[in-house]
Amino acid sequence: MIKITDLEVRIGDRVIAQVPSLEVRPGECVAIVGESGSGKTTTLMAVLDLLEGATVTGSIDAFGTDVVKHGAKDLRGSRIALVMQSPQGAFNPTMRLGVLLRKALAKHGVKGGEADRRAREAVRDVLLDESILRRYPHEVSGGQAQRFAIAVALALGAEVILADEPTSALDVTVQAEVVAVLRRLHDERGLAVLLVSHDLALVSAIADHVTVMKDGRVVESGPAAELFANPTSAYTRELIAAVPTLPEADHAEG
Amino acid sequence: MLKADNVTLGYGGRPVVHDVSVEVTEGGVGLIGESGSGKTTVARALLGLIKPMSGAITYGTRDLNALGRADRAAFRGQVQPVFQDGSEALDPRMRIGSSIAEALDAHHRLDRAARDARITELLESVGLDPALAERRPHQLSGGQRQRAVIARALAVEPDILVLDEPTSALDVTVQARVLDLLASLASSRGLTYFLITHNLAVVDRLCRTSQVLFAGRVVEAGPTRTLLTRPAHPYTAALRDAVPKIGGAPPKAVGKVEAAPATEGCAFQRRCPLATDVCRTVRPVAREVAGRSVACHRAEEVVGGQISGAQGG
Amino acid sequence: MRRLDPLARVGAVVLALIVLAAIFAPLLSPYPEDALDPLNSLLPPSGEHWFGTDQVGRDIFTRILYGARTSLGIVAAVLGLSALIGVTLGVIAGYAGGWTRDVIMRVTDVFLAFPALLLALATAVVLRPSVTTVIVAIAATWWPWYARLTASVAASVAKRGYVDAAQCLGVSPPAIVVRHVLPNSLTPVLVQLSNDGGGIILTAAALSYLGLGAQEPTAEWGLMIEQGQSLLTTDWWVVTFPGLAIMLTAFAFNVLGEGLRAALDPRRLPR
Repeated sequence: MIKITDLEVRIGDRVIAQVPSLEVRPGECVAIVGESGSGKTTTLMAVLDLLEGATVTGSIDAFGTDVVKHGAKDLRGSRIALVMQSPQGAFNPTMRLGVLLRKALAKHGVKGGEADRRAREAVRDVLLDESILRRYPHEVSGGQAQRFAIAVALALGAEVILADEPTSALDVTVQAEVVAVLRRLHDERGLAVLLVSHDLALVSAIADHVTVMKDGRVVESGPAAELFANPTSAYTRELIAAVPTLPEADHAEG
Repeated sequence: MLKADNVTLGYGGRPVVHDVSVEVTEGGVGLIGESGSGKTTVARALLGLIKPMSGAITYGTRDLNALGRADRAAFRGQVQPVFQDGSEALDPRMRIGSSIAEALDAHHRLDRAARDARITELLESVGLDPALAERRPHQLSGGQRQRAVIARALAVEPDILVLDEPTSALDVTVQARVLDLLASLASSRGLTYFLITHNLAVVDRLCRTSQVLFAGRVVEAGPTRTLLTRPAHPYTAALRDAVPKIGGAPPKAVGKVEAAPATEGCAFQRRCPLATDVCRTVRPVAREVAGRSVACHRAEEVVGGQISGAQGG
Repeated sequence: MRRLDPLARVGAVVLALIVLAAIFAPLLSPYPEDALDPLNSLLPPSGEHWFGTDQVGRDIFTRILYGARTSLGIVAAVLGLSALIGVTLGVIAGYAGGWTRDVIMRVTDVFLAFPALLLALATAVVLRPSVTTVIVAIAATWWPWYARLTASVAASVAKRGYVDAAQCLGVSPPAIVVRHVLPNSLTPVLVQLSNDGGGIILTAAALSYLGLGAQEPTAEWGLMIEQGQSLLTTDWWVVTFPGLAIMLTAFAFNVLGEGLRAALDPRRLPR
């Protein structure tokens, strides 16, 4: 559904991201891992055609459209959805979340009972209570807002979610819940996810395929299980070693 | 040396932390909690930045809020903070060198040459190029800023560092290096840490004992290893199980993670897979269970691993 | 600093020219400031008298140049005086909080309750009309705004981590205020100062026009308008050129202030 080939993003003469090939297939969770300045978010933004002041070359095929040539305006917010680190700022603070969602649906021609039905279903899909539709953005917690952002994407018929550090502003227990929701949607509904994160442990929990980036270049790429078991590049090994580890639980699992 | 005794803390007459006791002891003490738990409030109280509503914070044998001028200066020279965000903790208009010089000047009288030499030495001791003294905070990376903050704290030669999420804003590899630095400073300089974080691995690395704070109350306290390997409180267990691990089980979300703390009975009951009627009515008091203090009616079952069984259902 | 928008740059250039004109007025002006020449009164603009002459034959171009000295002098004095009082009180109120803040803010509110021009009028009536009176009168109405602005900025700066850090280092409160709170609270005040220049010019001109400010023979734009107003229909240049000078200066201050506000907006600061 998304296939990147020979992507290069430059600002002036400086290459800020270079991705020879990356593909997100239906029902797959692909992660781009790297630290600040690695070009991971740039790559994500290139897919959405949201880069300003940068020169993009190569091709990004998204649902049959070359985003580099033709833009992603028709795909954004419908088949491709973006979930950011802190979605609360993106919601209109004067509107109840339900109104917000219905407005978004109306833009896509979904109205009346059908809109209501879709809204409620999407909210249930992300394990939220329907009562959230009656709340204002400031009345919900960070984790609820993040799950609601995913619900909006689902209601609008997103087939792939582009998530940029979706849990790094959240507490660990809340993160676990958002991860559980994403895993469930991925397992049960075949939702595809392109995840960008600096947290290798988080990525290992949901990704099927991992691309590691550093200073704008891809240093390693492969199926998650293989990459974590046998990292080939020194940088990947460094990233894995840097993940803080906990002592194993002592008691027998019940 | 630094101790909080049954303190209740709050703002504008509203308590956010209830009856917390902490003693900063050798080997380091961790305070584990998530946002809204009140952990930063405890740190601010131990730094003397806010006064407790009740209970006392003592430094040595004296009440921190009744120290004379000289004792207060001595206290300032021995307890220093390292906050989460270096860009927040450093004056954006000051060069790094000036920030450190300010710390030096607060406690010692040094001539210019001696001061410059100290700044160089301090920056080197935290692994920074002394040339960075001429830079301003925004010209540094996140990791460099955090090291600069540590260098400034070390300038007054403190015994205790109060670390508030010292690595949470950093990239993983940078985080690992800053943790290494903190671990090595603890032994080389005889520093004792009071560490506040939501990250269990960080506590495990730097603190011998820990307390877990939930909704302004300590729910479990004891040796860090004991807490992490055999938690006796369901919240501690939930925190541990929520941490994603490479090659391990996926992170587990237990119960309604975002349910508001209960005001009657056990604050954790709405999120607890083991909650019973007694949990809904009687607030559990701290008691000794398997080598730590825990405030849970069903602590024995949690230690025994019951919590995993409850999750399955 | 990030670049100013083009209009603000025009404002900065115009203002710089006016300042230069004021400084070098004696060199630039073709005639002495007070050269009376009744035989050549009310001459229309010409090659000899670019802006014409007034009722007593003084060269209007010369008077405008010297008037710039008066006006800019008033602006500088008012801004300096009110910023000194306002920023000092504001930064103390903002950092100290509690009852200190309450007391300072109450006093400020009392001054704010009077309409600016009315308070200025009252001051000017009590004191003898002169340039000094204008300065005192306007400053009295202007400083509370700076106090209020600075107090709110300083209060938020006081909550920043570096202020806590300084406190934990044992730095004394006065040193914390001078070293950290004050410098980090100044940006919005500077923007406001620049924005207010125009308003002060207009207020000063209004006071002089009402006869409460600068007195003859001081060259002052408002006074020039007052003296020439009856001639507007017959000898337009006597009023028009000082009026244009006031407008141009006020305009330059305003666009520069707006430009600075935009350029220094923290939301536009690069991370």
